[in-house]
Amino acid sequence: MSALRRIAGRLLVLLAVLQAGQAAAQDRLTAFVGADLIPISGPPIPGGVVIVTGGTIASVGPAASTPIPPEAERIDLTGKVILPGLVDTHSHVGGGSGADGSAPVQPDVRILDSINVRDSGLRKCRAGGITTLNIMPGSGHLLSGQTVYAKLRPANTIEDLLYRDAAGTILCGMKMANGTNSQGDAPFPGTRAKSAAIVRQKLTAAQGYRDKLRAAAGDPEKVPDRDLEMEGLIEVLEGRRVIHHHAHRADDIMTVVRLKEEFGFKVVLHHVSEAWKVAEQLAAAEVPCSVIVVDSPGGKIEAMDLSLATGAVLEKAGVPCAFHTDDPVTDSRLFLRTAALAVRAGMSGEKALEALTLAGARMLELDRRIGSLEVGKDADMVVLSGDPLALRTKVLQTFVEGRKVFDRDDPDDRLYAVGGYGASRDQQAEMCCGGPTR
Amino acid sequence: MIFSWLSRLATLAICVALLPAEELTAAPPLAILGGTIHTMNGPPLFDGVVLLADGKVQAVGPAGVVPIPAGATVLKAAVVTPGLIDAHCVIGLSGHLNQKQDQDQLDTSTAMQPELRAIDAYNPQERLIEWVRGFGVTTMHTGHAPGALISGQTMIVKTSGKTVEEATVRPTAMVAVTLGDAGRAAGKDAEKKSPGTRSKAVAMLRGELVKGREYLRKRHLADASKHPDKDLHLEAIGAVLEGHWPLLVTADRAADIASALRIAEEFGIRIVLDSGAESYLLIEQLKGANVPVIVHPTMRRSGMGETENLSFETAAKLRAAGISVALQSGYESYVPKARVVLFEAGVAAANGLSLEEALAAITIDAARILGIEERVGSLQPGRDGDVALFDGDPFEYTTHCIGTVVNGELVSREAR
Repeated sequence: MSALRRIAGRLLVLLAVLQAGQAAAQDRLTAFVGADLIPISGPPIPGGVVIVTGGTIASVGPAASTPIPPEAERIDLTGKVILPGLVDTHSHVGGGSGADGSAPVQPDVRILDSINVRDSGLRKCRAGGITTLNIMPGSGHLLSGQTVYAKLRPANTIEDLLYRDAAGTILCGMKMANGTNSQGDAPFPGTRAKSAAIVRQKLTAAQGYRDKLRAAAGDPEKVPDRDLEMEGLIEVLEGRRVIHHHAHRADDIMTVVRLKEEFGFKVVLHHVSEAWKVAEQLAAAEVPCSVIVVDSPGGKIEAMDLSLATGAVLEKAGVPCAFHTDDPVTDSRLFLRTAALAVRAGMSGEKALEALTLAGARMLELDRRIGSLEVGKDADMVVLSGDPLALRTKVLQTFVEGRKVFDRDDPDDRLYAVGGYGASRDQQAEMCCGGPTR
Repeated sequence: MIFSWLSRLATLAICVALLPAEELTAAPPLAILGGTIHTMNGPPLFDGVVLLADGKVQAVGPAGVVPIPAGATVLKAAVVTPGLIDAHCVIGLSGHLNQKQDQDQLDTSTAMQPELRAIDAYNPQERLIEWVRGFGVTTMHTGHAPGALISGQTMIVKTSGKTVEEATVRPTAMVAVTLGDAGRAAGKDAEKKSPGTRSKAVAMLRGELVKGREYLRKRHLADASKHPDKDLHLEAIGAVLEGHWPLLVTADRAADIASALRIAEEFGIRIVLDSGAESYLLIEQLKGANVPVIVHPTMRRSGMGETENLSFETAAKLRAAGISVALQSGYESYVPKARVVLFEAGVAAANGLSLEEALAAITIDAARILGIEERVGSLQPGRDGDVALFDGDPFEYTTHCIGTVVNGELVSREAR
């Protein structure tokens, strides 16, 4: 027993040393030199320099005007291209689940309580250059629960993936859906009007609860009982939580716009197969859209008018546009392809790359931290072998907060990048703290 | 895109109304000038011409050498290829709406129905046909889907034609078999039906082939009074045993692929392996048995289950080993309802196949596996006038298919 304790003690010391080493590595200056930079926030910089320290970008610019401190470790990426880490605004990797079949609206349910951080899907995301995910519950409910914004750091628990604000609050959204997916037998809605009525009823109840809370002004005699469902909805009403709303048909899209105007919530529309039919209305309502690009229309009646040109139409109308994989619907390793197909159908290359990065970051309200290569932002970067929109371009390396989380030259990483025997297995747990079985 | 799709349909309807029937078939000759022409019958030709008339390729050669007849319609493209072949799909049977009324690719009432003909279910008006044709696809091997032990027959069609008769190249191409999890009994009360296990599935399939052999034996008896009654089911099994139709065996796990090879050897029948997520584990065996592989869509979902070990590089690995390989759009139960085989070959071209090899997998090599290489898959005199036109590298994400010609007729012309 005491021998075991001694070993455990030594392991802890070793771990502390390792962690200190890691911290030191993060604080060290690293200069990425030689690559063509696509900062998104500004024009491309041929042969630029990115200097990273403490997990954030310390400076970025053309080689001539970006001095490299002599103590900086240099990483030569001549001939390569660096993009900010990709932001997938809608993914289902991680094996998570949200609401169950008991009710159509379940704002108390958090997907973060169900994520497997060793899921192979997360490794495939890193292999695709994705560094931030919005992991969503499904679309089978009007409101299927709280989403989670995940930063694809190396992870042992979900805590390692979370984004938090300065006060420590976990940053995430709320998933909603309308149209046919969220309809069903009672208590689920049977029609579109019933769907909208249920949502209005719930949000109205939340307004009432909020008013009671305000009126109580902290008086314990008057404060209503805590209610997790109501608390989730109040965050939505107060704009502290963005609604990520599945909608395909143009009328369903406009129903969301109508409810937004009534209740004043913040919303991003997702999938939007028929957004091209109401692009002007979306521009006027200032509702951003996260678009999925799939290879053919149909698969369900609501998607029969899906167009590859949705991104192009939204761009022209001035509607903010991001992309998502909806993994497993499209493969996280091919997220760049989504943008390229949108360009094929008429979107500008510039806006398409923004839609993979900064536009998505804005929709998750994380654009002060991620989405572009700018001083002070997290050093989340993808190193590509060439033009981001070209078929044969490969993701070579992915960095999160300056740490390499994917390297195509590593055989283990390569397995997840191209597939093969074992590529869908969970990542092996590494020896840590309490041992491998913990 | 959709607006112009609708307006084009309207225009087409007007044209059809105005033209007498003879003029529809007697289209003027079509001369296609290509910066690069991948004939798939030799090295690429630069600055060449493909001349089409009477529905067939009349000549292929350098510009200036091949005379362009007066009155010919002239089209130009940076890159010209043979019309693309989707070596396996369910387009025309599994409709884009994905509702009960447009899903005719699978009947699960019983496990083995080789008598189900694809021609009785193919809808030539299905919108997804027009969709894939816009990306250069001119020939499809389509029919009954994976999902039953023997789900039915497949067929080969062109992507034009108002009726199935007009579209058909071959009314029956293969008989579709599914091994593994997807081949288990499905539908109502599935747990009470067979096959419920892998071994049971193989036993049933062997039993059926034995029955078919007995049927053939009795049918050939000298005494006609002893001939069995005609049985459509066993006629189809007999056609497989006599080598008229191969079995198209959908199998992903290596163990199921090995089962397929074992059955083929036992009964001396031809098989074509379909999907084959783990086929890279059995390269020697597949090569030894001379079994061609129609590899799953490169971008097929790879989540947990029988396809969890699939790889973007499978087509390249098999081809490098000398195995005949074609690519396919396959079957999706949800979205994308139809994959585009041009895109699937593109991703294979980014993962180990050269441009010409990836092109072969959706043209000449696909034609050979389907046994239709004398008609389609390459550009040479006498072949069907099926051509795809591109404004650049056909596989690049951001280039476009700018025209598709089927039987000498320009059937798609919008840049896609």
